[in-house]
Amino acid sequence: MMFRRLAAPMLLGTLLGLAGCSGPLSTLDPAGPSAATAALLWWGMFAAFSLVWLAVVGLWLYAMFRQPASDDPARARRIEKRWIIGGGVALPVVSITVLLAYGIPAGHSMLPLPLDKGESLEIHVTAHQWYWEVMYPESGIALDDELHIPAGKPVDVHLRSADVIHSFWVPRLGGKLDAVPGRTNVQRLQADEPGSYRGQCAEYCGVGHAHMKFTVTAHTPEDFEAWKRQETQGDD
Amino acid sequence: MTDRDPDFSDRVTRLERVWANLPGLGTLAAVNHTTVGLRFMVTGAAFFLVGGLLAMLMRTQLALPEQDIISPEIYGQLFTMHGTVMMFLFAIPILEGLGLYMIPKLIGARDLVFPRISAFGYYCYLFGGLIILSSLFLGIAPDAGWFMYTPLSGEEFSPGPGSDFWLLGITFVEISAMAAGIELTVSILRERANGMSLSRMPLFCWYILAMALMIVFGFPPLILASVLLEVERAAGLPFFDVAGGGDPVLWQHLFWLFGHPEVYIIFLPAAGIVSTLIPVFAQRPIVGYRWIVLSIILTGFISFGLWVHHMFTVGIPLLAQAFFSVASMLVAVPTGIQIFAWLATLWTGRVIFSLPMLWIFGFLVVFVGGGLTGVMLALVPFNWQVHDTHFVVAHLHYVLVGGMLFPLMAGLYYWLPLLTGRMPSESLGRLGFWLFFIGFNATFLLMHLTGLRGMPRRVYSYEAGLGWDWLNLLSSVGGFILAAGVAVIIIDVILHLRYGRRAPRNPWRADTLEWALDKPPPTYNFVSLPTFRTRHPLWEHPELPESIASGQHALAGAEHDRRETYGSDAVTGKVREVFHLPSNSWLPLLAALSLAVVCVALLVRTYDVALVGVVAAAVFLLRWGWVNGAHPGMAPLSNDEPTDPPLHSRTTDGPGLWGMVVTLMANGTLYLCLIFGWVYLWTVAPEWVFPEDPRLPLSGMLVSGGLLVIAALLQHRAAKRLAAGNAAGLQARLWQAAGLGAAHFAVLLWLTLEAPLEPTGNSHDAVLLMLLIYLLFHGALAALLTAMQALRVARGYIGVRLPYEPVVLRPLWIYTTGIFWLGVVIFILLPAGWAP
Repeated sequence: MMFRRLAAPMLLGTLLGLAGCSGPLSTLDPAGPSAATAALLWWGMFAAFSLVWLAVVGLWLYAMFRQPASDDPARARRIEKRWIIGGGVALPVVSITVLLAYGIPAGHSMLPLPLDKGESLEIHVTAHQWYWEVMYPESGIALDDELHIPAGKPVDVHLRSADVIHSFWVPRLGGKLDAVPGRTNVQRLQADEPGSYRGQCAEYCGVGHAHMKFTVTAHTPEDFEAWKRQETQGDD
Repeated sequence: MTDRDPDFSDRVTRLERVWANLPGLGTLAAVNHTTVGLRFMVTGAAFFLVGGLLAMLMRTQLALPEQDIISPEIYGQLFTMHGTVMMFLFAIPILEGLGLYMIPKLIGARDLVFPRISAFGYYCYLFGGLIILSSLFLGIAPDAGWFMYTPLSGEEFSPGPGSDFWLLGITFVEISAMAAGIELTVSILRERANGMSLSRMPLFCWYILAMALMIVFGFPPLILASVLLEVERAAGLPFFDVAGGGDPVLWQHLFWLFGHPEVYIIFLPAAGIVSTLIPVFAQRPIVGYRWIVLSIILTGFISFGLWVHHMFTVGIPLLAQAFFSVASMLVAVPTGIQIFAWLATLWTGRVIFSLPMLWIFGFLVVFVGGGLTGVMLALVPFNWQVHDTHFVVAHLHYVLVGGMLFPLMAGLYYWLPLLTGRMPSESLGRLGFWLFFIGFNATFLLMHLTGLRGMPRRVYSYEAGLGWDWLNLLSSVGGFILAAGVAVIIIDVILHLRYGRRAPRNPWRADTLEWALDKPPPTYNFVSLPTFRTRHPLWEHPELPESIASGQHALAGAEHDRRETYGSDAVTGKVREVFHLPSNSWLPLLAALSLAVVCVALLVRTYDVALVGVVAAAVFLLRWGWVNGAHPGMAPLSNDEPTDPPLHSRTTDGPGLWGMVVTLMANGTLYLCLIFGWVYLWTVAPEWVFPEDPRLPLSGMLVSGGLLVIAALLQHRAAKRLAAGNAAGLQARLWQAAGLGAAHFAVLLWLTLEAPLEPTGNSHDAVLLMLLIYLLFHGALAALLTAMQALRVARGYIGVRLPYEPVVLRPLWIYTTGIFWLGVVIFILLPAGWAP
């Protein structure tokens, strides 16, 4: 009985959660620290800004339909100061300060800051119209449209482009970064758990853009080593 | 009014005759702002429908997953053209048109200061727009996205003419933006009714002034970028090509250096509509007039400092990202001030809730939402996730449709009675609003979630089961509801032309001067020009419409059979001169047609035809410059001239000088962008190299520059002496200046031809060649125009009583000298001192 009473709301909640957030390419279904931070920022901003939005619209409606008590100009000036300084200046300044206080460290945590040697894995990805050429400089493994990484360990993807600008994006693991001709950009990824994560090109790059997809497979450290051995042996 | 005084009735008839457009096809020669402004707006509305149709096609394709109604090739053209049409052919021109139409009516003038320039701008817009649109029907439309990122838009990856259509067509259309920017800036500053000091100016004029100045500074980066990319595509000069020493990111910088101010160029006039309507419907003056003026100015400045927020995923240095992140959020402050000033006005007023206010409410709901997601997007770590997804598509539609289209619709319903003399239907109008509002939110509110769930923008198709299916379906349904709303509004507008009830003179009990006009407004606006003593003329002087129409104010009628209005001091608004304005002219149309020939010839790369077009355009434009001042076609000298105030061509500080200075500000921005490109490529482009040997001999440059300095000094002295009333030796002096200018040009041309440049081989030489062409153009122009003035001295169009024109050319000489020496320092001396 108890179970039944709880089941319906739980099911509903799960469905809503699934409908709202999950998905193989959903930024709201994070599977790595960067994506988790970004998702957290989203929910925080969403909650706070929804309140701001409701308050402004509510005040506006009230202001339109209320009948002012008096035409006292002194009172009008007080209201003027209160609204403009409170709402126009203080509200945005405070919001921005709070936002940056959270946002700047959050952004910092996503950067490919230098790590001790061996702590991160380096993968070279070159974007082409319309596929991703993947190369492991240590082991010489070369692949197309798939990356294999060890779970729980930071991976630095060195991005280049062979033709036009593309953008490398694995939504469940972290933000996107452009592959720009003539330069190398470094994107740090990390998957918390083993699994398969989908990625795609985010910058329009021509008619094949919609199909320029790839997968990132995260293995346990042991499985990753086994995968590497298998790949290098396969080459011999 | 006229039956009181037959003599006065004659005067009004004469005024009407002087200001009338030519009959029949002659209407194409019309230059007056009411006609031209209306043409801008109607054309803009037509392009809006085209852009909307493209959107409907895209929503049809995306309604269900894995559809193949539209191929990826066509889909690329659709989204590129949707963005291009909506931004460049709808939003900006229709607001320019609104500005051109409204400003003289609000500031109590009869026309804008440079009527032929607005007509020329209109034709450039129309022809450019039609050229771009024709690519769609030929199936070769641009398809690299409306911001045309290189290298995708370059010759290698977009070999067809699609990108050329964009680059040439848009640059052609931008002539109209620059024209409107200069026209509106000078008109607002110099043409306000007597007594309308800056602090008595209606807020709408402040907004349009800010928009106009932002166009002046905001469009040159785009024009430069388009020219560079077109030259790269057509002639192979590497500006954005990495292998040749260029950098594709330079395109992004130049594009967004334009692109972000452009958002505010669109938003500010729309906010001006809001600031105009709210006090009218709240029946009280706006709260915080000074705060709003301050926030308009702040918005203008801040908007030039946040373009990089479109580029957070390019991989630029993080300190720069932090700076632009803060700047992007800071723009919320002036916007917040305006929103709360509007709120306070409603709070303290007694609000009449009618159809325009419904659209204003829609604006608030949608725009505040878009503004808040904008602050989210400015937060870099979040931006990295949602950039280039449907979240951004949703955000930009909330900002642009909310911030521009909703206020514009409010303005349409507000000013429609002025335009047509009839009231639209309240019930059809409400139905249209609700369909539009519900459809819009259904389409775009859900689209935020689609983006958060990972759908990138610009994909023509998507797999089923990624969690995007029902979101896209609902967005498409919403899109069609929105389209139904637009259809209802169009029906309402068409029906009201015939069945709408007659509008009273001031149907909304507004405070501003345009409601003193007859409906529809006559081409001359005001029979007589009133003096301003308040910010709210119609509230404090309800008798104004009557007294204006019965000629009780200044300059009643058209005594000298020419178009005249007052010119006034930029700050105090005190009358200083009588502007005599040009009447109907074919020259704008002919000049624009010639440029259209150039544009099409460049598209099909037949350069000899293009040259013919350039020469034809130059001939028409010079002829246009010739019919000015004391020319018999304008305001020839006579003995019964007004002296208090005098005609503007008899002074030395008329609108021509102001127009020249504003034009040079735009031109200088273009030049600074070229310098930015040079320094940027030098410091950032991976393959940039300086050539072994210097390309230009310093001695030759010193000779050329020396000639230029002497020419400019001669011209300066001639103008100064003439202004002091001394015309002795004027013609000889001007000939000397023109001759020395020509010598400067010849030396520079020789240096250019002799220089061992390899412009297709490396971007150093490519940029240097662009600089030389730019300098050559200015040298030739200054010399040519000065020679023309020497001829005008001979004809008696310039003289002691007519000291106007040399003063106008003086800034051009100073500018030409300035850019030459700045060029020498930055392009020759600086690298020589820097490079090893």
